Amino acid sequence: MSAKFHVPEENYYTKDHEWALVDENLVTVGITNYAQDSLGEIVYVELPETGQKVTQHEPFGVVESVKAASDLIAPVSGTVVEVNDAVQSDPGLINDDPMNEGWLIKIEMDTEKELAQLLKAPDYRKLIEA
Amino acid sequence: MKTPLFNLHLDAGGKLIEFAGWQLPVQFKGIREEHLHVRSKAGLFDVSHMGEIRIKGKNALKTLQYLTTNDVQTLTAGKAQYSLLLNEKGGVVDDIVIYCLSPNEDYLVCVNAANQKKDLEWFLAHNQGALIENQSPQWAQIALQGPMAPQILLKVVQNPELLKKLQFFHFYEDQWNRHQMIVARTGYTGEWGYEIFLPWDDAPSLWEALLSESEDLWPIGLGARDTLRLEMGYSLYGQDLTDDITPYEAGLNWVVKENQKDFIGKTALRPPCRSRVGFLLLERGIPRTGYSLFSFDKKEIGKVTSGTFSPSLERPIGLGLVDSSFAKKGEKFFVKIRQRFLEAEVVSIPFVEPRAQKPIHF
Repeated sequence: MSAKFHVPEENYYTKDHEWALVDENLVTVGITNYAQDSLGEIVYVELPETGQKVTQHEPFGVVESVKAASDLIAPVSGTVVEVNDAVQSDPGLINDDPMNEGWLIKIEMDTEKELAQLLKAPDYRKLIEA
Repeated sequence: MKTPLFNLHLDAGGKLIEFAGWQLPVQFKGIREEHLHVRSKAGLFDVSHMGEIRIKGKNALKTLQYLTTNDVQTLTAGKAQYSLLLNEKGGVVDDIVIYCLSPNEDYLVCVNAANQKKDLEWFLAHNQGALIENQSPQWAQIALQGPMAPQILLKVVQNPELLKKLQFFHFYEDQWNRHQMIVARTGYTGEWGYEIFLPWDDAPSLWEALLSESEDLWPIGLGARDTLRLEMGYSLYGQDLTDDITPYEAGLNWVVKENQKDFIGKTALRPPCRSRVGFLLLERGIPRTGYSLFSFDKKEIGKVTSGTFSPSLERPIGLGLVDSSFAKKGEKFFVKIRQRFLEAEVVSIPFVEPRAQKPIHF
């Protein structure tokens, strides 16, 4: 069933279904198409403020559908430098376009070394097809 | 376990989950979309997992009077009644609907799926001489709910004239595939609608016949069933009602007839110290079952029993069990959501105006 989900090559992924797009030391973070589909219609999202520190593998926020709440897990450690206000006022954007317009936060990462802990596209594809 | 409609749910693209041991669809198109569709058009729910216990014989009325809180004596043939089973401490064993097939001697009791075994044992242990039979395996149940439900059902039944006369919380007997079918004007959504009991194997053909009557009738999953009932403030057993919550705490005084009769749990009932409230969350967030409620001076005053994001109101709503001093409309308190204290205000229940008991115009 997951073959229907596009998994862009250029991103890194977490086991918890976040994606991370790395541009030098700036990392844009969102949830994958697979994640938004499993959650169903997202009606609420809670994100950190800019300036806040986040830690790799630890929750930085929450997305909630009508039925359930799910933690957002930070793919890297660092400082939040930008938050997508659009998804806070219209959480449905995460369902509509999770990999682009529905991005969540941008993190200035502390160290590139942590990227080794993340999945690359082929491995993430295997994970959701399992 | 699988209901007789299991394969039809799969074919319709239902997302299946386990609920009380049953494989049931939580959603088809999406909870919010399905919810709004039932409020504006019509929805079909598979509720075959619900249990049915038949109480018959000359001591049927006596047994039900002793085991339930509402007054069964007032039931005539074709009337249904919402009621409760209580334990000796006054806590709720289950919330049920009693359908009177023949006064004094024949009743069908619809119970929650998760409580079916417990209820049956409870009935047998406190039987006052009735014949008690678990008929859950033989009855399928389909709920047809929404403003268009009456017109759709009218096209399928053999006795449309009887259907047209059907009052809220009444039922009549019709036929499907030449088998007995019970059509009750009851439901869990607050909309006009019906709950139909029919033999297990006849359910798929009725389900398909109803769906083929109208493009505006959609299959609906358990997710929307929950949000629809919550907007009405209807209790969900296991969350808003438990063995440790009394009917007075749950705000169900209207189903307890203490002055008319004796029943199990009656002598334990006291004026409650905590009370059921409905509340609106005034800030962004979603209250969930089990979250704690606090006064503004940060003393814990109760818990959320059910909560969701209301698709009709487009805002977060919840039911709580709180210290009775907070159970007044306009009273405010905090809901603690992940270390944050968010303001909520007590409002009257239902959250959304029900249509169910209003006369149907065919």
